[in-house]
Amino acid sequence: MDFGLTEDQREIQRTARELLAERARPERVREHAEAGSVDDGLWRELGELGWTGIAVAEEYGGQGMGAIELAILCEELGRVTAPVPYLPTVLAATLIEHAGSDAQRRQWLPGLAAGELAGAVALARGGEAPLVVGAREAAVIVLIEDGQASLAGRDQADIAVIETVDPTRSAGRVRATGEGLPGPFGPARDRALVALAAELVGVCDRALEMTVAYVKDRKQFGVPVGAFQAVSHRCAQMLLDTERARSTTSYAAWTADADGARLEEAAAMAGAMAAEAGRSVTASAIQAHGGIGFTWEADVHWLYKRAQVDSVLLGGTGSHRTRLAQVLASRPAAALA
Amino acid sequence: MDLTFSDEEIAFREEIRDWLRENPTGEPPSEGGEDAQYAWRRDWQRRMYEGSWAAPSWPVEFGGRGVTPTKSAIYFEEIGRARVPMPANVLGLLLGGPTLMVWGDAAQKERYLSPILSGEEIWCQGFSEPEAGSDLAALKTRAVKDGDDWIITGQKVWTSGAQYSKWCMLVARTDPDAPKHKGLTYFLMDMEQDAVQVRPLRQITGESEFNELFIEGARIPDENVVGGVGNGWNVALTTLMNERAGLGFVLQIRLRQLLDDVIGAARERGLLEDGYYADRIADLHGRCESIRLLAWKGLTDVERYGQPGPEGSLVKWLWSETNQLLTQLAVDVIGPAALSGDSPWSYELLRARGNTIEGGTTEVLKNIVAERVLGLPRLKAAA
Repeated sequence: MDFGLTEDQREIQRTARELLAERARPERVREHAEAGSVDDGLWRELGELGWTGIAVAEEYGGQGMGAIELAILCEELGRVTAPVPYLPTVLAATLIEHAGSDAQRRQWLPGLAAGELAGAVALARGGEAPLVVGAREAAVIVLIEDGQASLAGRDQADIAVIETVDPTRSAGRVRATGEGLPGPFGPARDRALVALAAELVGVCDRALEMTVAYVKDRKQFGVPVGAFQAVSHRCAQMLLDTERARSTTSYAAWTADADGARLEEAAAMAGAMAAEAGRSVTASAIQAHGGIGFTWEADVHWLYKRAQVDSVLLGGTGSHRTRLAQVLASRPAAALA
Repeated sequence: MDLTFSDEEIAFREEIRDWLRENPTGEPPSEGGEDAQYAWRRDWQRRMYEGSWAAPSWPVEFGGRGVTPTKSAIYFEEIGRARVPMPANVLGLLLGGPTLMVWGDAAQKERYLSPILSGEEIWCQGFSEPEAGSDLAALKTRAVKDGDDWIITGQKVWTSGAQYSKWCMLVARTDPDAPKHKGLTYFLMDMEQDAVQVRPLRQITGESEFNELFIEGARIPDENVVGGVGNGWNVALTTLMNERAGLGFVLQIRLRQLLDDVIGAARERGLLEDGYYADRIADLHGRCESIRLLAWKGLTDVERYGQPGPEGSLVKWLWSETNQLLTQLAVDVIGPAALSGDSPWSYELLRARGNTIEGGTTEVLKNIVAERVLGLPRLKAAA
């Protein structure tokens, strides 16, 4: 039993943290968000580094690593709210790789893995998805409806670019009649959910880090505001929520590669907890920053906005908990514990 | 990351499981009240001792098995799973013994450890006082040197098992002029003297797990000082750090069992398909699982890096809050019958209120997390 990352995994994490500290500085993220643009240079670099294909099998041009390595990168990119369509692309690749036909994999995975193509994934109703993150850049869009996934190339989709609360990524309204992904949908969805949860863990981690730094520095009544328990206990709660989300997400990533029988349960837990933590931790970050937290320049709002969109991207806490309750209901009592 | 157990660990789990199966505790005594319950737990510890299962994490030289922290956690999980009672001398096994192993001299280890293990001598913990709860270092119980003895005067509270104890881990003030953390000394006080009076405290469940101690001139020989005069705070911290190390795994499993009972009751009543109950039960399941994962993560961090992460305080905080939510949900699932005197849930519901207070209130745990984990500044307390 060992919760630690391997030396190679820690190296991936270290490299990503250092690179993104340089390439995705807050002022640069703000510039792109204000212009509504993708950081093309960073996006190209991520493709060249193989990050977009980290969990894609080697036969499709990826690096063939696991869900844990993918989660590490999602977390790091979430921390900096990178203005690139990384998450939507890896979510699309995950669904196509694990639920797509061989032909679909051959058609799309090499481009997605290399970062030459972007992808997107969204929940749809009646063939229409009201909010598709990354729709402006996506060459392929995976729509999820009634527990099934289908994909449509950009040419087969009717895409209207829209604005959302989160301008660090593009979005669109999409109508498409795609071709179905024939493979089992559940495990593919669960793997995607783990990657999404990992991004939210990164968002929480950064929100907490910024908040702790701020409340140590900001003085009122002659003392740092972080000395007041009303503030410090809020920060402690942020840590608890973040660590709960982190531990279940790590567990879910591990089950994806090592214990498939528990993946559905673990992913539903991670998804529910990360969505809940993403909202509460980033909301607390704004509150603990006081008036400054409500300003455009303070940069905590990017995290709040990213968390808001991510926490409904593959269904919210409620839908993940409903699925979790179904897993528990279907399990014989003796199999629990 | 590898969340599986090694073959050796799996074999160890089988071994303790088999032993527990072959050594059933039988039904708890239905008559004789708390004294009979206690005698039953003492007898149970004796049997564990004879099977070398009283404290497998203790080093072999002191009568344990010297197992790794992971195996020790497995042991506590299995103890919890088997729903056997806590050994009578749980405080001696989990707190007193490990504290002596760190701070005790050779003579103390030789004299005290073996009777702790066998349950022959029961231990209790004399830390908290009426005026010193969360602010433990403000304690006022005095120890004054008189020849080769120390004379103790003061009052202690929340002393569980005091009426059955031979030895009390007592922290007292030996230097009233020193700063509050520096003037303390850790003693082993013989409870069998007239100067020590035990009065049970009746708690909201109606039972008396805890006591008050009234100490009027009790005598402690100098050789019963542990860790040196004036070093009591550091020795007490060792005791407190051990407090939740093993117990956390027992609590985690007990929580799991209670939740499984609630899930079973909800299934019988068709409530798992009801959105409101499904949401609450799934939330509690997620909480239970994150407690399990955080507990194991804390343990493996100790094995890997030699020091615990922030998990210890988080686990206790999350566990206590979750147990309160769980027992409240049980009342909703089962309905009014859960509140009748013969339902185990009425006891669980009331007992859970103590969880966020005992062993460090949630408020104090949040302070610890804020100051020691997040590095936030501490507001100067009123002197």
